[in-house]
Amino acid sequence: MRGSMKRKKSQDNGMKVENRVLWIRVPAELDHHSAAQLCEKTDELVRTRDIREIVFDFSRTVFCDSSGIGMLMGRYKMMKALGGSVRAVQVQDRVERILTLSGIMKIIPLERMQGGKER
Amino acid sequence: MKNEMRVEFDSISANEAFARVTVAAFMTQMNPSMEEVADVKTAVSEAVTNAIIHGYEGEVHKIVITGCIEDEWLTLCVEDQGIGIEDVEKAMEPLYTTRPELERSGMGFLFMEAFMDEVQVDSEPGKGTAVTMKKRIVQRED
Repeated sequence: MRGSMKRKKSQDNGMKVENRVLWIRVPAELDHHSAAQLCEKTDELVRTRDIREIVFDFSRTVFCDSSGIGMLMGRYKMMKALGGSVRAVQVQDRVERILTLSGIMKIIPLERMQGGKER
Repeated sequence: MKNEMRVEFDSISANEAFARVTVAAFMTQMNPSMEEVADVKTAVSEAVTNAIIHGYEGEVHKIVITGCIEDEWLTLCVEDQGIGIEDVEKAMEPLYTTRPELERSGMGFLFMEAFMDEVQVDSEPGKGTAVTMKKRIVQRED
């Protein structure tokens, strides 16, 4: 994506890098299917762009299952090995319930969605 | 009142969303809460993903979901004719996974059990696996 900077949303793959922080907009439904696609794109950027933190933006996400947990755990391990970190922001109620049940909040900081729908 | 359905589809990951939505549509006649629908969708997603990843190990074969509504009980069965599970009890232990290299969290059965009232796994190595799940949909007045 370097050097192209298209403004149209057709080019928007939900990822951006700012100051070595990788922002990822998590899809509406995070399951095995979408998690696999997300991992591929994320790992490519982490390999090539010297990322120190990954921020997962869950503001659009209304569904998450154990495959999503696996994806988050995998990115956490990867970033930890590189001396970096991972966090989740704008998490809605349903997804928060899943993340809480999984216990992943103990290793990945989580910020709830504030004041209903944002952005 | 009794109502049954059956749906068969290929074991490809794009069908995980199809399975969730289909089951959610089937159960709307029970007038469930959003929370109940979300619970069932999560459980179905887990069972279907297991069939795709573990049952068929990524090969494309058929997955069958049967659903039954009887009074306030929803019963769903997700079946594959894949490799089966050697040790069901072990497979259902939280955090246990046979595929850590695929970044499986080992929480699939944990979520099925957390969101459904009953989960039963029948499996035979070389034959396949059937996951039967039941949930009572509380009748509300609104």
